[in-house]
Amino acid sequence: MTRAVVLPASALVGRPPDIDMTAELGSLVMPSPVLTASGCAASGRELDQFFDITTLGAVVTKSIMMQPRSGRPTPRMAETPSGMLNSIGLQGPGVHSFLEHDLAWLRERGARVVVSIAGNTVEEYTQLAKLLRMYDGIDAIEVNISCPNVADRGQVFACRADTASSVVGLVRRNTDPRIPVLVKLSPDVTDIATIAVACERSGADGISLINTLLGMVIDTETMRPALAGVTGGLSGPAIRPVAVRCVWQVRQALPEIPILGMGGIRTGADALEFILAGANAVCVGTAIFNDPSAPARIHAELASALADRGFTRLADAVSYAHRGAEGASEGPPADAEAADPAGESGPDDSAASEAAQTETADDAAIANPDAGA
Amino acid sequence: MPVQVRSEVVSTRRAGIYHVLTLTADGVPETTRPGHFVGIAIGDMTSGLLLRRAFSIYGVQQRGIYGGTVEVVVAATGPGTRWLAQRHRGDQVELVGPLGRPFMLPREPVSCTLVGGGYGSAPLFMLAEQLRQRGCRVDMILGASTEEKLFGVLEGKRAASTVTITTEDGSLGETGRVTDALPEVIQRAGSEVVYACGPMGMLASVAEVAAEHGAYSQCAVEEAMACGIGVCMSCVLPVVGNDGVTRMVRSCVEGPVFQGDRVRWADIGTIPPDTLGAPEVTQRSSGLTAVTPGAQA
Repeated sequence: MTRAVVLPASALVGRPPDIDMTAELGSLVMPSPVLTASGCAASGRELDQFFDITTLGAVVTKSIMMQPRSGRPTPRMAETPSGMLNSIGLQGPGVHSFLEHDLAWLRERGARVVVSIAGNTVEEYTQLAKLLRMYDGIDAIEVNISCPNVADRGQVFACRADTASSVVGLVRRNTDPRIPVLVKLSPDVTDIATIAVACERSGADGISLINTLLGMVIDTETMRPALAGVTGGLSGPAIRPVAVRCVWQVRQALPEIPILGMGGIRTGADALEFILAGANAVCVGTAIFNDPSAPARIHAELASALADRGFTRLADAVSYAHRGAEGASEGPPADAEAADPAGESGPDDSAASEAAQTETADDAAIANPDAGA
Repeated sequence: MPVQVRSEVVSTRRAGIYHVLTLTADGVPETTRPGHFVGIAIGDMTSGLLLRRAFSIYGVQQRGIYGGTVEVVVAATGPGTRWLAQRHRGDQVELVGPLGRPFMLPREPVSCTLVGGGYGSAPLFMLAEQLRQRGCRVDMILGASTEEKLFGVLEGKRAASTVTITTEDGSLGETGRVTDALPEVIQRAGSEVVYACGPMGMLASVAEVAAEHGAYSQCAVEEAMACGIGVCMSCVLPVVGNDGVTRMVRSCVEGPVFQGDRVRWADIGTIPPDTLGAPEVTQRSSGLTAVTPGAQA
C-alpha cells in the first residue's frame, strides 16, 4: 500500500525520468525546483554530508541579522501532530561572521545561495541589503519579515500590507539590482493576497509562501507552556493545506509573479501540489529534520510524479491546477502560456486522466499518501 | 562522517525497564567512538511523529553475520520511543549516525571514574573497554531512582575494577545518588578523569564534585533534539568557549560530550546575560524587561 522507498539512496537508483526540472524565480535560473527552507538547513554545510548540496535549486540560509544573536532559552521545540513548534529566536552569528565563514564556504562549494535576512527595524533591513550588495555569490535575497519588530510594538512586518511593502521596497532599492528579492510572508493574516500584491507593487521580485503559523503547546504534566518562548512557529505536514491555499490565492491575485512555495513538504507528491497550485519552486524545511537527504529524494520523486502525469517540463506543471475549471471564468495561468507560446503547456486533460487511471497502487500511494491507510 | 541507512532490527531484548535493540547499520561502526549517538526516525513516511530520537551508541559490531550493527538502549517513555520499543526482529527503521562529538580519551594511562545515571550508562561500557585497552584503571558508579531503572550492572562488573551502585530508594546498592558515592571513588581510585552521562541535574553535580577533587570531567548531555545533525538549533545550552565567551551551542554537533567545567549548568534553560548575542536588558517603568521578541525562526 505505502511506497516502500524511503531511503534516498534507493530513491535515486534507477533511470531518472527525462524531465526538464529547470526552475526560475525571476532572473534566478536553477537546475532543480527544490530548495532548503530558511532555518532548516543552517548554511548548508551539515546537509552536504548527506547529499550534494550543489544539486539543490539553492540553499536558503538561516535568516541573518546585523549582530550576533543568542536566540531564546530552551525548551525551543515541541513535537506536535505531523509537525513541530519552534521558538529558536533567530539565533545566529551576525552578518559579518556569516559573510566571512558561511557565504565563503557556500561559494567555494559551488552551491547557489539565497540569503535570508531579518531585522528588528526597517533600518536594519536596509543596512543588510547595502552590505550584501558588496558581495558576490549571492543568487537571491529572501526578506524574512515575519520576525520580531520591536519598533512596531511586537507586531511583525508581514502582518500589514504597508509595513511589509515598505521593508521590501527598501531592500529592493538598496541591493544589487541584478539579483531577485523575494519576500517571505506569514499566513497569520486575514488576506495574504492583499499583502502579496502590496509587496509586488513596491518591487518584490517574488513571494515566498509560507512562514510558520503562530502556535502554542501546553505541557499537561508541568501545566505550563511547553516552550520557554511560550508561543512558537508551527511547521511540518500539519500546515501543508494552509500553505497550498496561500500559494493558490497569491497565484490567483498575481498570475505572473515568481512564487517559492513551502510548508510541510515531505514527498515529491507534496511538492507537486505546490507546483500545481502556482509555485515555481519549493522549499523543504521540517522534513529535513526527519530525513536529512529529503531535498534530494523529493527532487527525484517530483520528477517521477511529473513523468507519471505526462509532463516533460516542470515549468508546464506550474499553476496547472488553475486551468479552466468547468464553467469557471479563470483561464490557464498566464505564466504557463507565456512560458509556452506554442500553446502546448502541460499535458492535455485526456492524457492526464489516462495517466491517473493507469497508476499502479504504489503510484497512487504517492499521489495520495493516505489512500487506503 | 555520519551516514543515513535503512536499518533492520536484528534482535531486541529487555533489560529492566529498558529495551536493547540491535540494528544493522552498515558504515556506522567503523567510525563510531564512545559517546557518539544515532538519530532514529519514528515510523515511515506517513508517520505523524517527525522528529528523530537520539540514542547513545551502546555497542557496535563491525563484521557479523548481519554486517555492521549498532546497539541502542530505549526507554519507552513517549509515543516515539514506545513505537521503537515495539519493533520486532526483521522490522525496518531509518537511522543516521554516528553523530556528535565523542568522549576524549586520555593520552596517559590515568585512572578514570565513569558515572552513569539510569540508562545514561549505555555509552560507558564501550568507553570502559577502550580506556582499559589504553591501560587506564576504570571504576564505575551506576545510579538510578530505583533498581529497575539501573542499566548494565552486571556488565559494569566485567568492565570496571569496581562498580558502585546507588539507588535513591535503596532497592539496590547504597541509598542515595551517584554524587554521594563519587568523592570516595575518586579518592580511592586516584581518578584524574570523570566521565558521566545521565540527566542534566546529575551531570551538573558530577562536574562540581569532580572539580572539587581536582579531576577533569567530561559529561555527555541529554538535551531534547529535533534533527540531531546541527541544523535546527533546538538543543542548545550555554557553554564557555576557549576565549572565555559564553555561547549557545548545539549539543548535537558541538556535544553531546562537553568538558564539565565549560557548561554553565545552573543557567541551562536561560540565556545568561553575558552570552554572545544575548538580548539587551532594558530598564522600563514596569521593571526590568528583557527584550526577547517573538521570533519565528
